[in-house]
Amino acid sequence: MGEKSYQIKNLLKKYPGFELRVDDLPLFKGEVFCLLGPSGAGKTTLLRLLNFLEEADEGEIIFEGRSFIPHNNNTRPLEMMRKITTVFQRPALLKDSVWNNIIYPLKIRKRQVNKQEIMPVVEELGISHLLRQNSRTLSGGEAQRVAMARALVFKPQVLLLDEPTANLDPGNIKIIEQMVTKYAAQEKPTVVWITHNHFQAKRVGDRVCLLEGGHLVEVSSKDTFFNNPRQRRTQEFLAGEMYF
Amino acid sequence: MEAVNALKLLLTFDPYVYNIIGVSLQVSGIALLFSTLIGIPVGATLGLTHFRGKPFVTALLYTGMGFPPVVIGLFVFLLFSSVGPLGNLGWLFTTRAMITAQTIIAFPMVSGFTMAAVLSVDKNLMKQLQALGATRFQASWAAIKEARIGVLVAIIAGFGGIISEVGAVMLVGGNIAGKTRVLTTAIVLETRQGNFGVAIAFGIILLAITFIANLTMITLQKKHLFATE
Repeated sequence: MGEKSYQIKNLLKKYPGFELRVDDLPLFKGEVFCLLGPSGAGKTTLLRLLNFLEEADEGEIIFEGRSFIPHNNNTRPLEMMRKITTVFQRPALLKDSVWNNIIYPLKIRKRQVNKQEIMPVVEELGISHLLRQNSRTLSGGEAQRVAMARALVFKPQVLLLDEPTANLDPGNIKIIEQMVTKYAAQEKPTVVWITHNHFQAKRVGDRVCLLEGGHLVEVSSKDTFFNNPRQRRTQEFLAGEMYF
Repeated sequence: MEAVNALKLLLTFDPYVYNIIGVSLQVSGIALLFSTLIGIPVGATLGLTHFRGKPFVTALLYTGMGFPPVVIGLFVFLLFSSVGPLGNLGWLFTTRAMITAQTIIAFPMVSGFTMAAVLSVDKNLMKQLQALGATRFQASWAAIKEARIGVLVAIIAGFGGIISEVGAVMLVGGNIAGKTRVLTTAIVLETRQGNFGVAIAFGIILLAITFIANLTMITLQKKHLFATE
């Protein structure tokens, strides 16, 4: 394993009737960490906590060596949050040109817009012909590819993916997977990828985690998780028997 | 015959007519500016934030949208009358009092429509922009920009509401020729005096102004709805 980007310790997030508890979870630079689990398991909540969009009730998130504890507004400085981004299942784009959507993260960071740096990402995602088009005219797959480009142009150190391919056709899924894999290999970010697709986790993941009922059931390497899972519940989950 | 008189007045650039048009546009224009400057931030804040008492404030705003202008005129009259709290300003029967009344009339419309426009922006957008690193202010500004057509509609609706309003300006302006006479009060006066041609001419002008405002609104909406680039 490489250098740690996150260390989660005794994290607790409470909602009425639900608790997410993560006692000990390290995340590493350069890894693709796949989160599997049924709906309502707490996967998106965990992602929001990792993106510092939400605050935990208890515990600690150590990110890049800095400790973030709940109930302290000064613990979420903007420059730290700006190293992280999330791509969501349903992309919400500005009613503006595709190009302006893509450069939005650069503009809010007051960074120079360098077309030569952006175009390779745009071309890789197959959206170079859409740049002048208004985002409202895009198909679901195109919109998601724009959202992916928007997330990658500022080279985030942490890329959080909340089922970004859930509503896409196989062609679009392949493009997104290839792009993330290439970005992970080149820039060595921490990628946390929520998916319901075991095969996708097999294709893209380095480590795989099963989250169920707000608890981490198993965190293993991809090979162990799929070929020799340590937990019985993981075996049941992979066999599709767990929740019936 | 009256229609010919009306056309004559319009085409001969009668100074009396054009003074009234000027006062109308001046009063309603300034009132719209003030109500926009106050109404847009208030509407946007209501659309973007959640706080205790928001339903009460929203209900108050919607009530204001349907408030009879003549009642607002009465309040402003009492405010600026010699026995009123602001009587010493001497604004009664001046364009200032008319601007005050029209600002109060247009404000709930501008802020209410702005709030509705901001509320119609995709809820996920702000969340996703924040996930991209936008501050709350940057994400809010983006949401307001997304709602820009609705905000423009709010401004035009406010303008339509005050340019065609008669009760409040009649009460607080006094319909003084050359000073506080506007299109709507002039129509009332000329009709009462039997000068139907002049009244029709004013009516045509008022209709033309409101038509232009509505046409602008529809054109903007059309652009918004059918834009491809």
